[in-house]
Amino acid sequence: MAYTKRVDGRKFDELRPIEAKAGVIPNADGSAYFKQGNTIAYAAVYGPREMFPKFKQNPKKGILRCFYSMMPFSGSGERIRPGGNRRSQEISMVMMNALDSMVDLSAFPNAVVDIFVDLPQTDAGTRCVAICAAGIALADAGIPMKDIISSVAVGQVDGTVVADLNYNEEAYPAIVSDIPVAMTHNGKQITLLQMDGEISKADLMKALEMAKIATEKIYELQKKALKEKFTQE
Amino acid sequence: MIINKETISQLASQGKRLDGRGLLDYRDPIKVDLNISWTAEGSAKVQIGNTVVMAGVKMAIEKPYNDTPDEGGISVNAELLPLSSPEYEPGPPGIKAVELARVTDRGIRESKAIDVKKLCITPGEKAWFVTIDLITINDSGNLFDACALAALAALKSAQFPKVDPATGAIDYHTKTGEKLPLLKEPVVVTVYKINGSFMVDPNHEEEGAYDARLSVASDERGIISALQKGGAEPLSLEEISQMVDIALDKAKFLRKVLNSELNMRD
Repeated sequence: MAYTKRVDGRKFDELRPIEAKAGVIPNADGSAYFKQGNTIAYAAVYGPREMFPKFKQNPKKGILRCFYSMMPFSGSGERIRPGGNRRSQEISMVMMNALDSMVDLSAFPNAVVDIFVDLPQTDAGTRCVAICAAGIALADAGIPMKDIISSVAVGQVDGTVVADLNYNEEAYPAIVSDIPVAMTHNGKQITLLQMDGEISKADLMKALEMAKIATEKIYELQKKALKEKFTQE
Repeated sequence: MIINKETISQLASQGKRLDGRGLLDYRDPIKVDLNISWTAEGSAKVQIGNTVVMAGVKMAIEKPYNDTPDEGGISVNAELLPLSSPEYEPGPPGIKAVELARVTDRGIRESKAIDVKKLCITPGEKAWFVTIDLITINDSGNLFDACALAALAALKSAQFPKVDPATGAIDYHTKTGEKLPLLKEPVVVTVYKINGSFMVDPNHEEEGAYDARLSVASDERGIISALQKGGAEPLSLEEISQMVDIALDKAKFLRKVLNSELNMRD
């Protein structure tokens, strides 16, 4: 039984509908809204601001911190207890790693730039949507960056390589693999790579090629969101 | 921009505000959006001026408490997200979040807005428990009123999820269309005393300048179901009487706005 038709009727390389907006949280120095299918993320950037506690300051350059969190009512099952868990800690860390190498905080010694991402509803691909929102918010805040990061999940469902899996595909009753990827726009460097499930090396490389094209489409939408905000002002 | 507390205070005594509003005017716009989260059983986003909050309702089946075996229950939790203000930090809820949650909770619980007996499935064994999570997206002041409005809107939109009759398991992906047994519609109006004048719906700067505040939850009959005085300054009986009058009057206004927003979006 091959996977010849996707559960929601998309083409194999087709992304879910995306809506991106910059500057949605007035209190923040930069912010974004990113909706992909039924997954929604709000991102806010605060900083550069003074780092507390002080012993964590770096006198050579500013520090980037990421805080990923699902709202208590955003899971597809029971209520999620607020206050974080191992999953949200890990995602915060991999997000930080995905973004940090492209952010240049050398002009801000002892400072910190905080990125908060909170999701009101989810349907797979939350870390990728969070990174896309964070990328827009960082640019909106005017944080110096070498390149913009876009992110998408690719994978394999019952032998077929697909882009941007939704919840029903992740839960498809066959061999499935889910590979969240983040990629820089100019360099096409991978800054986030995780996987669960099973996949052959050939399919993995095919999936990563698909991610390259998919992140390019996302980059265009991120850029458009930023342009819309700054031409509006 | 740092605005002098003195300026706000002096203006208030002349009946004026920095943004040109009257002392008893809410900010524009007041917007209510329902079903902003498909994963919640009910949800709403409320905007008052630049303040944006969300409320999400989740339902679960649990064993009733021993002293109320024929009742379900409600609980309210508030998260002041660091995303929503430079003043909030990650970590467990502080006293501000706890007070916000408890005042919202009392407004709903004490007005008996939800018929908790109707939430009971099997006495002593199974009942629905409703959790309302309040989330700040942008805190520009007056979270009490915004959160209570969001909570009410979310409760009004909530639908029970489907329960498998054989296993008793909840299918959170399927909503039944059956609404919560809502008997009252409590809203909260907080009246602030600044330099002898009364004000509603303060923005963030004004919130830093008040002497005392009184949150009043009331239902559509004008019956009060929760009160919370805040701030260091005392209030006289006469002042409390005036503040409650303002709150009851403004509650009518908020209820009218809520209903017209909900009708418009139906």
